[in-house]
Amino acid sequence: MSDVLVFVEFSDGAATKAGLQALGAGSTLAKALGGKAIALVIGNNASELGKHGADRVLVAGGDAVGSYSPDGFARIVAEHARSTGAAAVLASATPMGKDFFPRAAAIAKCGLAADCVELKVEGGKPRAVRPVFAGKALATVEAPGTLWATLRPNVFAEVSTGNSAAPETVPVTFGPGDLKAVVKEIVAGVKGKLDVAEAEIVVSGGRGLKDPAGEGKQNWANLDALAEALGAATGASRAVVDAGWRPHGEQVGQTGKTVSPKLYIACGISGAIQHLAGMSGSKVIVAINKDDNAPIFKVADYGIVGTVEDVVPALTAALKETLGS
Amino acid sequence: MDIIVCIRRAPTTDARIKPASDGKNYDPAGVNYDISEYDKFAIEAGILLKEKHGGTVTILTLGPSAATKEMRTAIAMGCDAAHLLVSDANHDSWATAQALADKIKTLPHDMVLFGWNSVDNQSSATGQMVAELLGLPSVSVAVALDVADGQATVDRLAAGGNRERYSVKLPAVVTCTKGLNKPRSANMKGIMAAKKTAVPETPANAPADGVAVVKLDPPPARPEGKIVGKGAEAAAVLAKLLREEAKVI
Repeated sequence: MSDVLVFVEFSDGAATKAGLQALGAGSTLAKALGGKAIALVIGNNASELGKHGADRVLVAGGDAVGSYSPDGFARIVAEHARSTGAAAVLASATPMGKDFFPRAAAIAKCGLAADCVELKVEGGKPRAVRPVFAGKALATVEAPGTLWATLRPNVFAEVSTGNSAAPETVPVTFGPGDLKAVVKEIVAGVKGKLDVAEAEIVVSGGRGLKDPAGEGKQNWANLDALAEALGAATGASRAVVDAGWRPHGEQVGQTGKTVSPKLYIACGISGAIQHLAGMSGSKVIVAINKDDNAPIFKVADYGIVGTVEDVVPALTAALKETLGS
Repeated sequence: MDIIVCIRRAPTTDARIKPASDGKNYDPAGVNYDISEYDKFAIEAGILLKEKHGGTVTILTLGPSAATKEMRTAIAMGCDAAHLLVSDANHDSWATAQALADKIKTLPHDMVLFGWNSVDNQSSATGQMVAELLGLPSVSVAVALDVADGQATVDRLAAGGNRERYSVKLPAVVTCTKGLNKPRSANMKGIMAAKKTAVPETPANAPADGVAVVKLDPPPARPEGKIVGKGAEAAAVLAKLLREEAKVI
């Protein structure tokens, strides 16, 4: 019992970045435990995963997995957690992983360490570190048996290996009629829009940008332009989501999404404690605010004191120049 | 419709959290409590379903006796009954799910609602685990919910702002998020009714945690930052620092 099973998430036929990061983390953990990293892929072709840390690759396919189903995916992962006897079972803490991994852990009669930011081995056992209260504290947890964990995107590194792990097809023991919930249709958001929880760079706006239906219209356009220049996702403070200025899917903080991008740019956000909790795990934080006493400057690595009207478009121009050089 | 809404008593989101002297729990000194944020959307969803289809909304909580305060707030909003499974421990989602599922089995239920995530433990897992234990379908992070002819149509928030639409047979478990509805405030009539509603308390039969906290630490302090400058002129300096010093672009 020293192997690590990793559910690798796919999207549009390719492994997602978060999925490869989870595989990287699983590969590192398996080495520390003296076992193998076993990738599990559902409903996709997975010939490349040996290059990303997998010692073995299991592929479950068939009619029952044509569309995503939380109970269906949970059954498959629980079945292979059992058959491999893995010491740890991992997935990405993405909307999909967060949805079905609790069901999978429950089938295995195990708890779940959700949204972990560190994995380690202590006393021969896997342990996980996870933020609680949106990062106001960090809990180190362990399980009496198998450790089930989901991993926060953008925290763990992908690994590069030369394993020639040929995909092993594994049977799915149930049919489409056995599933309790299956996606019927996808109601598309903005095509290709980056999720704020998975983006490497996040540009967030707060109340300082003012009402987008009124005098703040240009400010929000400027914010979107800054995000576009950086290939960033856009985030928002609770105040602007509560005001209906931005969709709640963009909200960052204890009552929104907790993010750990490599760069977080907070524009016109004063920095309420529940917002700071949701983003203080970012590698580098930039704050733009006209009030030099704003709490956001206490967590920022770099700050500019100034209005969003002045600074945001200037920053977009400066970054375009830097990125172009 | 028989609707059960599972809610949690949690520290308010403006609470400062410090590890307690045991190094495993948080220090409750000076911490105020409220209904965990997303559970409010579940309460509202339950009341809306009752208003449309008739039936009752029952609140179920695993927590300390003090949680009757938050449960009465839910009753004041328009719920009909409440059961408290009494435990002072901060159970993990797996222990919580088992205690809740054992109780739900004894109650009529067409719909079991949760907030999608608690603001304290943040495992976003209890609802799905209860569904698995009860053999029910689950849809998490719901932003739209409608019931007709024994089926629930639920939209959940998926990656990149997409919505996945599910049609599931009742009884079902749905976890709720912001955007699903606007939780109402209690009116005076509700507050008076809540005062008169009994909240039966039974000792929780919560099993051991699935994951145990071995250590609770404060987050690492961030290094002192610097103000790059004032106004638009500082933008170029910042861009240079992000590339050459921070190396993030």
